[in-house]
Amino acid sequence: MSSDPMVMHRGSLALKPGYVDHAADALRDLRQSGDAVDFQLDHHHDAASTIQLGFWIYLMSDCLLFSGLFATYALLNSHTAGGPIGARLFDLPDVLTETMFLLFSSFTCGLATLAMNADRRNATVGWLAVTFLLGLGFISLEVREFAHMVSIGAGPDHSAFLSSFFTLVATHGLHVTCGLVFMAVMMAAVLKNGLTSTNRARLVNLSLFWHFLDIIWVGVFSLVYLSGVAH
Amino acid sequence: MNVANEAVAGHAPHGAYHGAHAAHGPTQKQYVVGFALAIILTLIPFTLVMSHTVAATPVLIAGFALAQILVHVVYFLHVNTSEEQRWNLMALLYTAVMVFIVLGGSLWIMHHLYLNMVPGAMHMHGRMS
Repeated sequence: MSSDPMVMHRGSLALKPGYVDHAADALRDLRQSGDAVDFQLDHHHDAASTIQLGFWIYLMSDCLLFSGLFATYALLNSHTAGGPIGARLFDLPDVLTETMFLLFSSFTCGLATLAMNADRRNATVGWLAVTFLLGLGFISLEVREFAHMVSIGAGPDHSAFLSSFFTLVATHGLHVTCGLVFMAVMMAAVLKNGLTSTNRARLVNLSLFWHFLDIIWVGVFSLVYLSGVAH
Repeated sequence: MNVANEAVAGHAPHGAYHGAHAAHGPTQKQYVVGFALAIILTLIPFTLVMSHTVAATPVLIAGFALAQILVHVVYFLHVNTSEEQRWNLMALLYTAVMVFIVLGGSLWIMHHLYLNMVPGAMHMHGRMS
């Protein structure tokens, strides 16, 4: 004796074949509607922003690595072991040129991001190429500076100050070199496959990486070069 | 004016594909303003040090560096307080605290170690080699 209205209701639903057909139609309609497409886009967007957050957390951990190197340099820069001090080694006009190379490259990297957002493939690759050349200019000036210092006997083995200097500045230089490789790969990928969603996500990460390196360089030229000469 | 128009034009196709995201995307104006501020905040400390002004103290140089880092974070990395940037901002703030502890803590501890060393030991270190 089932007088419960809910049970009666459920029973009548299951027994009504027309309702099931109607529900299936409705589901099919929903799948084909714009809602479903929007859902897919949202899903895709979530994946891209998760990848970006992951890369961001890598950048933050890299920041901690650099903070250790900055702290080491700050503690050891007075330990010159009778060797040359920073003020005698650093050439500020050269450092200013390096800084400008990196700053302009940060700007052109931003222009590449804007070109990407505007779906202009060739402009994206073009601005990346300009960024690449500016980065290359930075690296070649830095290598020249290192070679000069080693040639006059002020290599990393000379004093605690120079060891920490080379470790800090060369770690940044290595990052920039990695960024250049990343950039070259992305230029080839965009030329080959166009601005696909995968390439877009990677280009966003590349620009974050490049801007991040410029921020580290602000710390380097302020703490190492400017403070070293001002002392 | 021209800059703003280009920025808007540049975003129209992007918006068509990515919907709401484009509204928070970077604009050309942001990059231009950030670039100009960064140039100014670079040239001032360089000029002060290269002209051997007495005012070029490490504290002042550090101040310009902090200001420029802030400009880079806001105008180039586009970190803001919006909902979708919440975790990026949290990670950044956490990192800032850690960097402060590592840098400040190291300098503080080592400074006190030097103070507690035998008088003159620091000067000897310099003369030893």
